[in-house]
Amino acid sequence: MSFPLLEAQGLILRFGTTTALDDVGIAVHPGEVVAIVGESGSGKSTLLRVLSGQLVPAAGQVTYRDAQGQPHLLHEMGEAALRRLMRTDWGFVHQNARDGLRMGVSAGGNVGERLMAIGARHYGDIRAQATEWLRRVEIDEARIDHLPRTFSGGMQQRLQIARTLVSRPRLVFMDEPTGGLDVSVQARLLDLIRGLASELNIAVLLVTHDIAAARLLAHRLMVMRHGRVVEQGLTDRVLDDPQHPYTQLLVSSVLAA
Amino acid sequence: MTRLLWTEGLGKTFQLHLQGGLRMPVLENVQMVVEAGECLALSGPSGAGKSTLMRCLYGNYGADHGRIWIRHEGADLELSAADARAVREVRRRSLGYVSQFLRVIPRVSALDIVAEPVIAQGVARAEALRRASELLIRLNLPERLHGLPPATFSGGEQQRVNLARGFAPRYSVMLLDEPTASLDAANREAVIQLVQEARAAGTALVGIFHDTDVRDRVATRLFHVQPIREAA
Amino acid sequence: MSHDPGYNFAYLDEGTKRMIRRTLLKAVAIPGHQVPFGAREMPLPYGWGTGGIQVTASILGRDDTLKVIDQGADDTTNAVSIRRFFARVAGVRTTTRTAEATVIQTRHRIPEAPLREGQVIVYQVPMPEPLFRLEPRLAETRRMHALADYGLMHVKLYEDIARHGHVSTAYNYPVMVGGRYLMSPSPIPAFDNPKMDHMPALQLFGAGREKKIYAVPPYTSVRSLDFEDHPFRPHRADGTCAFCGARDSYLDEVVCDDQGSRMFICSDTDYCESRWEPEQ
Repeated sequence: MSFPLLEAQGLILRFGTTTALDDVGIAVHPGEVVAIVGESGSGKSTLLRVLSGQLVPAAGQVTYRDAQGQPHLLHEMGEAALRRLMRTDWGFVHQNARDGLRMGVSAGGNVGERLMAIGARHYGDIRAQATEWLRRVEIDEARIDHLPRTFSGGMQQRLQIARTLVSRPRLVFMDEPTGGLDVSVQARLLDLIRGLASELNIAVLLVTHDIAAARLLAHRLMVMRHGRVVEQGLTDRVLDDPQHPYTQLLVSSVLAA
Repeated sequence: MTRLLWTEGLGKTFQLHLQGGLRMPVLENVQMVVEAGECLALSGPSGAGKSTLMRCLYGNYGADHGRIWIRHEGADLELSAADARAVREVRRRSLGYVSQFLRVIPRVSALDIVAEPVIAQGVARAEALRRASELLIRLNLPERLHGLPPATFSGGEQQRVNLARGFAPRYSVMLLDEPTASLDAANREAVIQLVQEARAAGTALVGIFHDTDVRDRVATRLFHVQPIREAA
Repeated sequence: MSHDPGYNFAYLDEGTKRMIRRTLLKAVAIPGHQVPFGAREMPLPYGWGTGGIQVTASILGRDDTLKVIDQGADDTTNAVSIRRFFARVAGVRTTTRTAEATVIQTRHRIPEAPLREGQVIVYQVPMPEPLFRLEPRLAETRRMHALADYGLMHVKLYEDIARHGHVSTAYNYPVMVGGRYLMSPSPIPAFDNPKMDHMPALQLFGAGREKKIYAVPPYTSVRSLDFEDHPFRPHRADGTCAFCGARDSYLDEVVCDDQGSRMFICSDTDYCESRWEPEQ
């Protein structure tokens, strides 16, 4: 039995009188794709930000286990260690590619940045890896020197994924990665994420309101409402045999996936 | 004989919160056992809960009462109490499910769909693809279709891709939900062959066979699913 | 020589000089780290060397000999004005000879003659933040310095090579100081970067508008950023000085007439003169 990469218990966070997280716990194991679903304001994005160290909870703790199996309390790691973690062992894919890419830097430079941040100092190697990653995310390698602002929305998102995965993270956070894309583009992106995650055995913690995306990608599902996890389990069981009234409502509101 | 899959007092009731909390009992006190080399055919009138039982056995539906056990990696495991990750592991190694309908994954070829669960078991990609191709050919899916995503395939073709995906990983327990529903005679024959070979290899199968001719040829035993009276 | 009695010695009041010296001590203690200071209004506009002048004013003693250069030359307007300014308000000796100077204030060059122990070179800095063009948020650049998170600077070099086949940065070429802090060497040509490495003289940098001071103590490693397969190469125009025949100095290209004839001359006027004087 493997240990979880990321584990949290008793997370509580309030914004003023709103309770964003109300005693939330989670465990993500290596290679596991976990989706957090719920409507806007359910606390799912807040949870992602707490788990990725961007927000400090009022109570509860988040434990991260490094590649050597050593546990670390995320919110006691210090900013330098957290940043190092974020560009090596972890990755973050933003809903808006503009938040995850450097729009003034070429596609190759965007992919190479994480390599350079962790000490790569051979231009030829960096460029070769960037080329390889563009190919993996199905971007024509002839566009390696083009700026991301000349790319379509789907391509920008694929570039963001290449930029994140190039350092071989073990855990990737994704915040609505298909939000704002056309349906056909979404399908291609989801398929790409699904393929890469299983091929590279990456754990993914995904926040989405798209039930179909969750069904396609996630092994496990957490349904959130009003800052609480109302139901969780195997993706197909939660969606096909929902127990909680809110999950039943959520599933019944979705067009057949 | 080795029990590979069995239930103890299995019960399933659906509660529909969107309809005022209406409770619909579907299964009650199901005692079912299937052993290695057996093919158990579920019988009973339409609506008796055969499909619900199958889905419970696969873990797709949760069991409300009783237990479901499976022989997994040389030990008895209580599937009804296993967490999501354990269920996933059982499905990867020991338990397969073939439904009538293929859940199409965009842009993935028929061959890759079939090979995927084999690769997930740790088999080398080349060997997995070889096994996938062989099964698809046995199921009369022309080779020129192997590299295409099955979204545009006919219902029968999709079902054959689904069958190949189900049989390729050589699970020790297999659940077949109307596996021959939209197949012609030649393909039904191929499926019957696959079931018989699986039984000979020690696989335990549970199936719903609408086609009585197929059922009589593959089933070693019938298991009657009793419709339960509407709750007052 | 005595200084103009209408001003305090070296123009700035003693309190300000003490404040700047404290800042300098801190800067020397953390090589390459930008230390904020309370820059004063000076009797010349920003961009004319207000930061360098304040640093010079704070370290000048009565026995110092000051040299001021602009683009390598002692005789340009800016250099002449600053030299006269200190001659008047501090009454110190001034010189154009690199070897004679104890304090050298410079804009855009390091003298060709190697500096020695006991000398101080003061650089005028327009923009102290090397990450300025890459990361517009100052709070973020501060964090990057704090965490030595400098991958982004290499991204810039990567972009240069991808676009031009080589690093096109010819001025203000970023350096790592003491293996820790990324630093702007001020807009000196990359040709001068190697002179900063393990220099026996103390190097001080003053940015007036940005209110930052930083320093490189003597004998500190200063490495120009590069890639293993694209090593740093200081660029020099392939020519010979028309006056002194130097082949090793940094050259300025001068247009001589309306026909567009050009020639190369040493940018360091003192170096050039020192080479042809003996022959005269």
